[in-house]
This record gives sequence, C-alpha cells and structure tokens, in this order.
Amino acid sequence: MLNSLGREIPEYIEGIGKLEPFQGALTKLSKGWMDEPTIPAPNKAYLPHQSKLCRTLEEAIIRSNPHNGMTVSFHHHLRNGDILLVQTLTILHNMGIREITLASSSLNECHDPILPYLVDGTVTRIFSSGIRSELGQAISKGVLDTPVVIHSHGGRVRCIHTGKIQIDLAVIPASAADCEGNATGSHGKSAFGSIGYAVIDARYAKQVIVVTDNLVNFPCIPLSISQNFIDHVVLVDSIGDASKIATGTTRITNSPMDLRIAKLAADVIEHSGFFVPGFAFQVGAGGASLAVAKFIREKMKTKGLKGSFMLGGITSYCVDMLNEGLFETIFDVQSFDAVVSNSLLNNRHHIEIPAALYANPFNCGCITNKIDVVVLGALEIDVDFNVNVITGSEGKIRGASGGHSDTASGAKLTVVVCPSFRGRIPIIKKRVHTIVTPGETVHVLVTERGTCVNPAFPELEANLRKAGLNIKDIHDLEIEVDKITGIPAPLEYTDKIVGVVEYRDGTIIDVIHQLKEK
Amino acid sequence: MKPKIPAQSGTFESSDVIVLIEPLPNRSGRKIEISSTVMQQYGESFRHIVDGMLDQYEMTDIHLIAKDKGALEPTIKARLETAIKRSLGQQEGTLT
Amino acid sequence: MLYIPGNNPAMIQQGGIYGADSILLDLEDAVALNQKDAARTLVRNMILVTDFYDSEVCVRVNHLSTPFGLADLEEIVPLQPSAIRYPKTESPEEVIELLNIIEKIEDRHCLPHDKMTLHAMIETAMGVQNVFNIASKFSRIDAITIGGQDLTADMNIIYTPDGTGIDFARKRIVMAAKASHIDVIDTVFPDVNDEEGLRRETEYAKKIGFTGKAIINPRQIDVVHEVFTPTEEEIRKAYRIVKEFRSNSAAGIGVFAIDGKMIDAPIVARAEYLLRLANVTVE
Repeated sequence: MLNSLGREIPEYIEGIGKLEPFQGALTKLSKGWMDEPTIPAPNKAYLPHQSKLCRTLEEAIIRSNPHNGMTVSFHHHLRNGDILLVQTLTILHNMGIREITLASSSLNECHDPILPYLVDGTVTRIFSSGIRSELGQAISKGVLDTPVVIHSHGGRVRCIHTGKIQIDLAVIPASAADCEGNATGSHGKSAFGSIGYAVIDARYAKQVIVVTDNLVNFPCIPLSISQNFIDHVVLVDSIGDASKIATGTTRITNSPMDLRIAKLAADVIEHSGFFVPGFAFQVGAGGASLAVAKFIREKMKTKGLKGSFMLGGITSYCVDMLNEGLFETIFDVQSFDAVVSNSLLNNRHHIEIPAALYANPFNCGCITNKIDVVVLGALEIDVDFNVNVITGSEGKIRGASGGHSDTASGAKLTVVVCPSFRGRIPIIKKRVHTIVTPGETVHVLVTERGTCVNPAFPELEANLRKAGLNIKDIHDLEIEVDKITGIPAPLEYTDKIVGVVEYRDGTIIDVIHQLKEK
Repeated sequence: MKPKIPAQSGTFESSDVIVLIEPLPNRSGRKIEISSTVMQQYGESFRHIVDGMLDQYEMTDIHLIAKDKGALEPTIKARLETAIKRSLGQQEGTLT
Repeated sequence: MLYIPGNNPAMIQQGGIYGADSILLDLEDAVALNQKDAARTLVRNMILVTDFYDSEVCVRVNHLSTPFGLADLEEIVPLQPSAIRYPKTESPEEVIELLNIIEKIEDRHCLPHDKMTLHAMIETAMGVQNVFNIASKFSRIDAITIGGQDLTADMNIIYTPDGTGIDFARKRIVMAAKASHIDVIDTVFPDVNDEEGLRRETEYAKKIGFTGKAIINPRQIDVVHEVFTPTEEEIRKAYRIVKEFRSNSAAGIGVFAIDGKMIDAPIVARAEYLLRLANVTVE
C-alpha cells in the first residue's frame, strides 16, 4: 500500500506486525486521543530493607530473569563513551541467550563490537532512533532477517506505552546513584547531564538495573530516576569513557561554509515574523545548526530581544545564553557537554525533562509543541521538502531520526540547514532516499547557494522576499546544484526491507531497502 | 602522443583528485585504475572523462592511476591535463 | 576582495557563495613554485564553468620577470575575467610592457581592449615612489592595492600588527588613487582569529581613504562589509542632505543649514557618494 507521501509500505512484516501507512503529520493527533490501548506498567513489591546491591553487572543480569526472546533497553546519554551496552550483550551472549530485541534510544560507533551478536543470532531485532558506523552498514546489507525499526525520540515513548516495545530488562547507566537506585547523570566523574531518555524505561521495564561508578550516600539528589522503579543497583569501576561522554564546552564551528549557512539561516529567522519577544528556540548541537545560535545571540543582543525557552539537546552555548538572560528557561532532555551538567545541577531555570514531556505526541502537550523556531540538519532534502536524516548518499543507514520529526512537527518555523552538496553528492534531490521528516512540517531550506521556502507557506516567503533575502525555487536550486556536481548514478537496491521508519505517531513514513552489492 | 616520463598532478585533499601517469611500452594499451569516494555515483562518468582526455592527446600506451575525493568535472579535467602535459615534458611539476 | 589560492579546487568551487564583492584567484604567492602549471590550468577550467554569483572574478598572475608570467597571461586573458591583478608593479614602463602583451593576446582572440581592467599591486619601495605615474596614466588600471607583507620585506623591516612601517606607503598610495579617481584596496589582515584586530585595521583603512580591503578567509567578509557599509543613520542623514540641497538649489540657494550645521558643496558631494555606495536614490 502507498502512504500519503507515495511510499510503498507493506501491510505486514514478519517480526514487526501490521503496519499502518503515514497519512499526514497531524492526522492521527487531531482526534485528541490515541486509539491503541496503553499497556499497564509493571508493579513490583520489595520488602523493607531488602538490598538491591549486586556485586557485578553479571549478577544483576542473572537476578533479572534473562531469557531467549527478551527485550533489553538502554539510553544513549553517554553518547560515544558508552561501554555498558556492549558489556551487557556480551554477558547475555555468554549465557547463551538468543533472539534478543535491542531497544536502545540510539546507537553509536562505540556499539560496533556487538556486530558479531547480530551475525550469530544473539540479537535479532532492533528498535532505535539512530544507527551508525559498521552496525548501520551491516544492517543495510541485510545482516538481520527482521528489519530494524527507526523511531523518533517522542515516538519511542509511544512505542513503549503501546507495547510495541515491551522491555524485559532496562540497563540504566548513571553517573551518581544510591543503594536504592535513585540516580542522576548530573554529577560524578562520568557526568553526562540529563537522563531524560531513560525515564520511560525505568517506568515500564519488567526489570531495571541502575549501573553507576559513583555510589553516593542515600539519597542521591536530584532524583532524576527514582528508586520506586529500580530493581537492582551495581557499582562498577567505570560506566564509560569520560572523554567521549562529555567534552568541556562546545565550540562553534570554524568552517566558513557552515558559518555562511548559519548566517543566512539567522537572517531568515530574523525576518520570518517569528523572531519576537518570548520566542522559543531549538538548535542542533553541531555544525551549521549550532552556529545559527551564535548569530541569533548577536541579533537578540542588538535588538534587546529576550526569548522564552530553549529546548532539546543542550550545549554550553545554550547555557551561556541562559546566563546572559537571553532566555528564561532551558528544558534539557539531553546534555552535550560538561558545563551543561553543572548548570543542570545548580540553576533551577535549567530543567531536566523526560522524553515523554519533550516529544511524545500522545499526551496533553509535549514541549516540542511550543517551539517557535527550530534549526535542523539534513542528509538529504527533496523538492517536496521531505528530509532524510537516516540514510547517507551511499544508501546505507548512518544517521539518526532523533528529535528531528518531533521538533519539526511542533515548530512554527522549521529551518533546515545544509550544504547544497557534500563531497560532490547533491543534497537536494528530486526524491530523498528515505523520508524521516515529512515536507509539510518543514518551512525553509537554507543552503550556501540560496534559501528555498516551502510553497505551502506563502506568507513566510513574502516576509523573506520583502527583507531582500536570496530566495530561490527549490526546483531551480536542485537543477543549479546538479549542474555543478553532475547527476549521480542512481543507487541499486533489492526488494528486501532492512529498516522501517516510523513517524512519531506510529504510522510508517518509509522503509529502507537492502543495498545491492556490486 | 607518447608520454616520456612518469608524472603526477593534484592532491589528496577533499574535492581534488591525484593523477599518476606512467609510460608503457608500445602496444601495451591503456591501463586505467580509478578509485573514488563517490565511485558508485560518478565512477562511470569519471572513466568517460579519462578516456576522452587520453583520446584527445592520442595517448594509447599508458598506465593511469586516479585517486579521487569528490572532485568536480573541471578539476578532474585540469588535473588530467596537467599530468598529461607533464608526462609529455611540456610542463614541469613534481615527480620529474 | 577575497583571496583564493589558485591550486585549491575546494576553495575555488565555493568562492562565490560568501557574498564577497570580488574574489581573487591567486596564481602568484599562494601557489608553490612546482605547481604553477597545475594552478593555471585549474583556474582556467574553473572560471569557464563556475558560477561565482555576484562576486567579480579577478586573477592575480605572476610577474613577467618570472618563468610563469607570460604563460599565465596566455591562459587567463582569453577568459576575460573582470580584472587581472599584477603583482609588484614598480614603474609605468612595466605597465606598458604588460598592456602590450595583454592587448596582443586580446587581438589574437578578437577581444576588446576595454573590458577587462588591471589592478596594479604596489608592494615595493620603488612601486611606492612611482605610484602616481602608475595610477594616473592608464585607463585600464581601475584600482591599485598595497601588499603589506611584500612591502615590509622589500623595506627590510618587520611587519607589525599596528602597520607603522607601511603607514607612509598606505597614505601615499591612497593619495595617488584619489588623484587618479580610481579604487584603492588595503592589504590583508593575516590573523584570521583576531576579529577585533581586523575591525580596527579596517576602520583605519576606511578613515584614511581606502575603498576596500583584501581578505584571506571568508570569515573576514562580515567585518569588512560592516565597516565599509554606511550605517542606517549615515544613509538617512545623507538622504536628507541631498534632498534638501536639491529643493534649495531649485530655489537658487547654494549654502544652507541642517540642525544648525552649514551644508555646502563638498558635504553634498560626500553625501551623494555615500548614497551611491548604499544603492539609494533620492527622489
């Protein structure tokens, strides 16, 4: 069957179940409720003064009733410094556990060592918001029989509520925890800031293990994760490589190209009609996207304009803007550097939020719904403004859906920033390889060679033209870039589906096919 | 024309291509090796450009190696021309 | 005016995206001696197909006394970029020789002699001494520039960030340009990370009469533009001056006052110049 974006979606996939085709960004939400039943979270009982402490991770896992076909979940707040996911799967593998469903909120390069477990059947299904590096390549080539499911950060919460992901065991690394499992990421030698993505896992998993390298006296404050959901606590030497978890501060890019794009994007925001007192703002954590914050900061100071809140993945740059009084509040679901942990711990206007409050579409209002302006990146964008952030130019899975579609659907102004071509490959396509974020939620594309406004928003285009910005029709820009790079030969795929991209409301927006080996 | 000496042009930088040319004995034919970061998408068009340039200079017995990091067409052509002219002894450059 | 090394395809292909007024593809100092041939061919190919958008394209060739100068001209002149920039110009005789060669090439390609212009770089003590004769005698020279690093080297002094050593040269070159009614462009500011230093030096250059500044990194464009672009307040004031001057002169009044300050012909001329820069017409 075809979804509303013209993508062919199978009705049923073995190992995943029945698929519902995407029918528009707000179609399902406009009902006012979610049709799928919510499964109950488990309720457990502990006796007074019963100890949760285990000597090793292995002991905690043995106590958690490991079994074939189980679902194991992780959070990705330790980014590329995480070591516990690999350790956990190795322990399960050594115990002979098979057919595991891996449900990590995201997967990074540091998780490449689990690849043999995909080959040998230890792990047979994966749910994640992102997959990169060797794992992404192997999955693109078809290492798993069941396609991986790519969800958004908000969509993951919905997946857990509906039982699409039923977590048997959640392993939650924390940079500080106490003997009862109260835990946080905001202090300790391995501090990583907000632990927002793990909150839903703690609430819903049948068994929850908190792993820390910093066991503090009871109670561990703040109670980012609270003890009433925690089964076991393990003290280990290290939860990860601190140098890869969080570096000191985030530096704005020096790349002239990224800075140029960022400046153009900041001009777009300034003249969009949404750059007004009290505006809410979200930018990405790197490259051109973060650099937009630099120019917006200057414009806010020049105009004496103050915003309401910043949201999302938080960098030290956001913290500086909070401290300068440019914004009143930060809502932090994920923190990107060491300075942010400090601010999260010490500034009551810097608020840690769980993924559900951040972006779950099915509640009485996630915070992404209140964004005015969001700046996002893209691996590809097409002339219908559909954005791909999951598959690269060579057709392999190498990115993350993350909060891309969540924030785009909520913002009054979604600005996508990217170069018009990368390493000779044009980024603007007639049709993106994989749709993650639908074009109806993207307002503007800013590239170094011109800005394109989605024709669905003529008022915005009028505002930007009036300000004298260099606006081009996206079809014209696509042709212009093709002329520079030459038209690339199309990639070849087989009929086998290796990935399913779920929109935040649970419908299927696209599928990823296996790459044909040459 | 017959290349006189081995020659090289270009760099390993991104958006550039490095080209190496070696003369081969008469009637050896063309031996062409192309590797590229965008081989899938532009491998064929690259080969086409190389053949076109070698035809233009009537070079038949030649070993040509190109390592490409996403160079655009004018760059590919410039690097090929430089390497060819250097190998013909018309221009001076590196690897002489 | 953004300098781009002539043997760097990544930088050349992006040359037009930064909004520089002009870009300068450099075959001279930015290219290693054993890559001069490669850069020449690359620049030629790139100029032929690349859209540099609103930026003018200039090429700095090597001096005719080097083994590369003539070959550069043979390759570049037929492409007719906006301008050829000629390094280390020292005397009018040199310019005559250069123009002869350029015009011969143009004749061979059936090209006009008045389209592509010439920028003379003054970067030796001899050049500074002869600058007026260089700037004033040739209709094809529409800009002169100062090369700070080469000039201090020629003077056997150290280049200091405060520019003391080349201050006389700067002012002398500016005066020669003004006397000849052509543009005059200041030397580069080498420290890309020192935004404040760049701003100070650019403000100084503007104050003493330069009409533009050469830059070596796209990140320097914004500061130079900010300094040289008239502010809204300046434009508004100039607009008022020109407007009142026109209505006054229509009534036969030559000198008048705005906010208690006397407005006469030179002030009006300056206001008109500023409005031309800002692309503002007075109705």
